[in-house]
Amino acid sequence: MLIFEHARPGRRNYSQAPITTASTTDIPENLLRKNKPLLPEVSEMDTVRHYTRLSQKNFSIDTEFYPLGSCTMKYNPRACNSLAMLPQYLSRHPLAPEDTGQGYLACMYELQEILKDVTGMAEITLAPMAGAQGELIGVMMIRAYHKSRGDFERTEIIVPDAAHGTNPATAVMCGFKVVEIPTDKEGNVDLNALKAAVGPKTAGLMLTNPSTLGVFEENVTEMSRVVHEAGGLLYYDGANLNAVLGKVKPGDMGFDVIHINLHKTFSTPHGGGGPGSAPVGVGKRLLPFLPVPSVTLEDGKYRWVTEQDRPQTIGRLSAHMGNAGVLLRAYIYVRLLGRDGMHRIAEFATLNANYLMVELRKLGFEIAYPTRRASHEFIVTMKGIKDKTGVTAMNLAKRLLDKGYHAPTTYFPILVPECLLIEPAETESKQTLDAFVTAMKEILTEIAEQPDMVKNAPHTMPLRKLDDVKAARELDLFWKPDA
Amino acid sequence: MSIPTDLKYTTSHEWVKTEADGTVTVGITDHAQELLGDMVFVELPDVGKTFSQKQECAVAESVKAAADVYSPISGEVVEVNSALVDNPEKINEDAFNAWLFKLKPSNASELDGLLDAAGYQNVLDNEDH
Repeated sequence: MLIFEHARPGRRNYSQAPITTASTTDIPENLLRKNKPLLPEVSEMDTVRHYTRLSQKNFSIDTEFYPLGSCTMKYNPRACNSLAMLPQYLSRHPLAPEDTGQGYLACMYELQEILKDVTGMAEITLAPMAGAQGELIGVMMIRAYHKSRGDFERTEIIVPDAAHGTNPATAVMCGFKVVEIPTDKEGNVDLNALKAAVGPKTAGLMLTNPSTLGVFEENVTEMSRVVHEAGGLLYYDGANLNAVLGKVKPGDMGFDVIHINLHKTFSTPHGGGGPGSAPVGVGKRLLPFLPVPSVTLEDGKYRWVTEQDRPQTIGRLSAHMGNAGVLLRAYIYVRLLGRDGMHRIAEFATLNANYLMVELRKLGFEIAYPTRRASHEFIVTMKGIKDKTGVTAMNLAKRLLDKGYHAPTTYFPILVPECLLIEPAETESKQTLDAFVTAMKEILTEIAEQPDMVKNAPHTMPLRKLDDVKAARELDLFWKPDA
Repeated sequence: MSIPTDLKYTTSHEWVKTEADGTVTVGITDHAQELLGDMVFVELPDVGKTFSQKQECAVAESVKAAADVYSPISGEVVEVNSALVDNPEKINEDAFNAWLFKLKPSNASELDGLLDAAGYQNVLDNEDH
């Protein structure tokens, strides 16, 4: 039921409050609206019940295991939230003088330093307000670098076919032509194809490592050598940084620029559209082009870095410096973890993924890259099961909802047919993982004994199987009152 | 579904039919529609536009993914099947008849390099998964 359907004409927040009309005499007649806005006329009680009921229908990481992992959103520690909500942070004005904001600036400076250390980059900007913006400025800096050297021939960005769709999209947004290279049978980028693709037109390579296939690029240093020798730069998409956090530094792999998703790897909340935060790190070559502002420490005092300090900067990305509240939560997260805690994230994330992969393989699920150790995630392909029974990856995903588990990512990466991309993340216990394995075992039995029941899942959710084809073809998000 | 023997094929899952007037009709194979799942949108090329062989020229979007369609040979688009825009499900129902566009070949010898039905079947048999 929509909130509009609870509405009754004239119903207000408090029915018992006296009805008063505000005096509007000082607003010119031509600026007054003739008709009431189309807002639901509901009482406070109706509103509270409506949204509480909706929230109870939600699957969330606070209530159920959520094998979308850091790819979507890790568990957000409550401490990060409560500390970031301290009134001293909340009431600080973004234009407050540096003198009165030393505490906040110190937090941002330390976050920059910690992210520099963990990525192995020369400098960090905290300014980008989403992963897509981080990617955009990363590639803009690559463009600015070649331009500054008078090298106008570099018009191509190389992207592996396993990449997230945002990579080629970003390259095109920056005016580059995308050159796609294939993946070999072991899930690595095809090195010979890369060697054939690089040349005087190569501006750079965009790479996610570990890749979207859930495996670490075994030839990454060789790839880096090949691209650099051709005069190109290397971009690191930090989507899967969770798997190597504190263990391997992208800077050591030879990357010139990296974006980090704080809303993934660093446990800040996102979902429902934001706010995201994607700090970008650069090596020495791209340093002059880094966006402003950032924070620096001079003679014991923190101050903003501006265009005066960085004349070749590609500019500002927003009115101030990024999503302040998100940056604070990430700062508190890294301080709570400390240096020793940081690499335990990668250890437990990969341990959990590999444990789950082995247990599911024992049940008879087909692993897409069986010879490879999983990173923080792995891929199951339902192709064999679908050919035999007609039950698809989507059917299994819906049946998991009935068992009290959020579905893993389905049908991505598109290289693997009928796939489930499973990422437990480091926060789950062995007991939770075992219970998930039991649910998967039950579904396997159901697929063998009553496949039609599985095909028609979910059976226990507030809504049954949805018509996703109709939803995509005839998308209609506007509520209209009955005539 | 069996693979029609009167058509030619690409490894990127397009089918090609040579018409009596020398133009070629292009669509995506039944295997391609099965992998993609229920189609929701089709983006067709503009008539009059020219493409080189293997160039992206159309998009087939399903509930699962958006896939590029590549021009099997070089040539100029002379006609598109605009009926698909409102009824993309026709590709799911009958992929080998739901054609996307027709090309006037600029180098007809490229047709000789395409796969026949047996060759395409071989490609499907050797796909990883």
